[in-house]
Amino acid sequence: MTESFKTEPQIKETEERKPLTKKEIAADHPTWCPGCGDFSVLAIYYKLIQKRNIHHEKVTTVAGIGCSSRFPYFVQAHGAHYIHGRALSFASGVSLSRPDLHVFAFGGDGDAYSIGGNHFIHTARKNVKMTYVVMDNFVYGLTKKQTSPTSPIGYKSKTDLWGAFDKPTNPMKLAIAAGATFVARTSHSNPKHLLEMMDLAMDHDGFGYIECLSECTEFYKGAFDASNPRKGGKYPLVPEDHDVTDESAAYELSGEDFPGRFGLFYQVQRPTKNALEARVSDDAKAKFEGKQDWEILQTNFNRMK
Amino acid sequence: MSQTAVTGDDSGSSSQASRISEAVIRIAGNSQDGIQSIGGFLARLAGRSEQEVMTMMTIPSTISGGPSIFQVRLGSGEVLSAGDQADVLLAFYNHSYEGHIGNLRDGGIVVYDSDHVDPNEEWLEKYRHIGIAISSLTVEAIGGTTRDKGKNIFALGLIGRMFNLNLEKLEGLINERFAAKGESVVKPAMDAFQSGYRYHSDDISNLFEFSISDVDRTNQVVMSGNEAIGYGLIAAGVRFGAAYPITPWSEIMEMLRRELPKYGGAFIQCEDEIAAVSMAIGAGYAGRVSVTGSSGPGISLKTEAIGWAVMAEVPLVVVDIQRGGPSTGLPTNVEQSDLNIACFGGHGDSPRVVIAASDVEDCFYTAMEAVDIARRYSVPVMLLSDQALATRIEAFEEPKLEEICQDLSPDLTPVTTHKPYDLESETGASHHRPPGTRIEDGRYPVATGLEHDEWGHPTSSPDLHDAMTKKRRNKIHFLSKELPVPEIYGADSGEVLLVGWGSTTGPLYEAVDKSLENGEFLSAIKIRHINPLPNGLEDIFSKFKKIYVVEMNDGGVHGYGQLAGLLRGRFADPRIQGINKTDALRWKVWEIIDRVKEISA
Repeated sequence: MTESFKTEPQIKETEERKPLTKKEIAADHPTWCPGCGDFSVLAIYYKLIQKRNIHHEKVTTVAGIGCSSRFPYFVQAHGAHYIHGRALSFASGVSLSRPDLHVFAFGGDGDAYSIGGNHFIHTARKNVKMTYVVMDNFVYGLTKKQTSPTSPIGYKSKTDLWGAFDKPTNPMKLAIAAGATFVARTSHSNPKHLLEMMDLAMDHDGFGYIECLSECTEFYKGAFDASNPRKGGKYPLVPEDHDVTDESAAYELSGEDFPGRFGLFYQVQRPTKNALEARVSDDAKAKFEGKQDWEILQTNFNRMK
Repeated sequence: MSQTAVTGDDSGSSSQASRISEAVIRIAGNSQDGIQSIGGFLARLAGRSEQEVMTMMTIPSTISGGPSIFQVRLGSGEVLSAGDQADVLLAFYNHSYEGHIGNLRDGGIVVYDSDHVDPNEEWLEKYRHIGIAISSLTVEAIGGTTRDKGKNIFALGLIGRMFNLNLEKLEGLINERFAAKGESVVKPAMDAFQSGYRYHSDDISNLFEFSISDVDRTNQVVMSGNEAIGYGLIAAGVRFGAAYPITPWSEIMEMLRRELPKYGGAFIQCEDEIAAVSMAIGAGYAGRVSVTGSSGPGISLKTEAIGWAVMAEVPLVVVDIQRGGPSTGLPTNVEQSDLNIACFGGHGDSPRVVIAASDVEDCFYTAMEAVDIARRYSVPVMLLSDQALATRIEAFEEPKLEEICQDLSPDLTPVTTHKPYDLESETGASHHRPPGTRIEDGRYPVATGLEHDEWGHPTSSPDLHDAMTKKRRNKIHFLSKELPVPEIYGADSGEVLLVGWGSTTGPLYEAVDKSLENGEFLSAIKIRHINPLPNGLEDIFSKFKKIYVVEMNDGGVHGYGQLAGLLRGRFADPRIQGINKTDALRWKVWEIIDRVKEISA
């Protein structure tokens, strides 16, 4: 039987390895504009890797296209900078074929909710095991200020000179309706909260999705001031008595006006795609106990004679 | 059959049967009549027959409930195509009789169900008519309330008697086929078969007998082109894939979905074509050669992602079961019009490998080769088949699975250092190191679609873009050096060389055989490796005065088909001309011969 779908961790830890230093995790210097919210997400990712004592080869960082999607270059670990909108499909391929790895996907609002909207829905529905952080800045930054699916009504961009008028996507509602099993909301401006959410998402056995407000200081400065206490705003947490397994309550929470709520909106346990596929494989393999791959194939060929 | 049939007297046989080397039988009815399963039985019989019968099947239309046909060509020699004209037509209904008698050769035999078909006076002279009350005889044989269900098996019995096929083996096959459904199904099936086989008529008993072939074909397997690709991928070690359903590709994904879990693998049905190719690339990046596939519009949708795999140098196999295009086109018809998208689809300079399978056996080995090239050169490989080849059933020599099956588990051996896009690489190919690989110097690679330096960091350096573009192209060039030169079918030199690819090869080779019988001289080659082309083609071309590239696609604005255009671009040889057609039907041998005459005149 070849090792494949059901790969156990292949690198045996022969020595106690010290947590990586920040220097060991950091790779290329980020290309983001000064003050970009993405810096703090990157810093928290480093912190998470250190805190959880993850080593370079155990993690895979995947991103699509956009400012935030430059992420993998800045992390000293195996990574892939994939095409626009399809990071989740790529990440699913890694996750489903390599259960020994933890897969992190990063992206922006265009990648996640516009060009990649279909993959967002289906990856959530299928509950593919990974952690997905969307750094939502309500604008297309890399292409310099066009309307994004989360741009609020009235936002003046180069493609909506008179102010955006299409109803913005509500990512939380979208995720819940799609069948995501872990839905959280946080902001770059609150690193402690961001780390807390990433920690929880990483422990979630399934598709752990985090909507993270991440300000574009270049093209949408001040977009999130109302959620930043240092700028006179409020950072309202999910009420303590909120039942995270209550889908309707989570949906209702998602409908609040900006700044809305921050924290874990929804979390349920449902078998992952990974586990369900593995179960199919285990059942199928049981019938061929002790047989080599060519012998399994031979049973098919014998029927075709 | 007409050309090759010899009488019993000539061959010294004591029986009344004409000794033949091959026969084409077309069976026409409705799809719910199960007539395709007759083809299945005959094909299976071929695979295990001492009579060395070989079959080939085409299913032009599989729309549920509508008229349906299949054509089977039985032969004791090498069967290269499904046959131009039928020797025998078995017609269940008037519409099958009227619609298909035109495909019968002059003097051919039409066996019709006299319960449903009224013979046409005009045709009685031209074709030998044999009326048998197939429907009522089937009902009589089975009894009870089964109506005429089972008349396909009755018809199989008739064919068995007409062609003196091995009774014991046919009975064995019927038993195997229905055994799982219990005696209540096996018995009526056997009754119907026996009734057909023992139907007493001097008209049909032992009409024909296949001559003994000198080739030992007793150790054969029987499958369709699509199955052969699927099993070839499994034999090659593919354990992960992803796709979206589309005709005629779907069969492969259904089968891999069913089969891969047995090997610890998985095949994932995705929300769309782009997700499918992306998931396969993701798994390829993660250390396994993975497969995606599609037909028609699905291939168009995948092209951006394929470009990423070219740029990031990640192995991938893309199966393209070509159908008529563009757009939704003709979903259930054959065409060879995806060569250009396979070679050039997508933006930018994105060299990839393109190979084409020409028959069912070739589907199996080409799939294995696609995996091998993808892995060794870290490159996407487009594997071209087509609708006709996908649905065709053929028998071929059983592969020695123990020797050829490969284990391609991810190689996660720790390395001291790893330069993912090494410009000094001898072959130009990068050695992909999947995640999970520990790299001791702590420098980890990012697989990227941005132009990059040797370490995978983004760059817009003119020199690096130039060097990396050359690197990606040079590995394809390097591959061309190891590809075999095509063998010439027919004479090594002469007036006309026919050049074909994919499923056109069979009719092309048969045209060569036919031309020899007629005292003309044609030769042919098949181009299996389309991108890169093998070296040495110019030597072959130089031995012929005219080079005609025969394809099932349009001659386009310049008058050359897609392969012809590629060859003209490569060799700048004005002798290369195109012979094209776009009726979305496979090439018939006579069509090729006629078109060669026409263009040569």
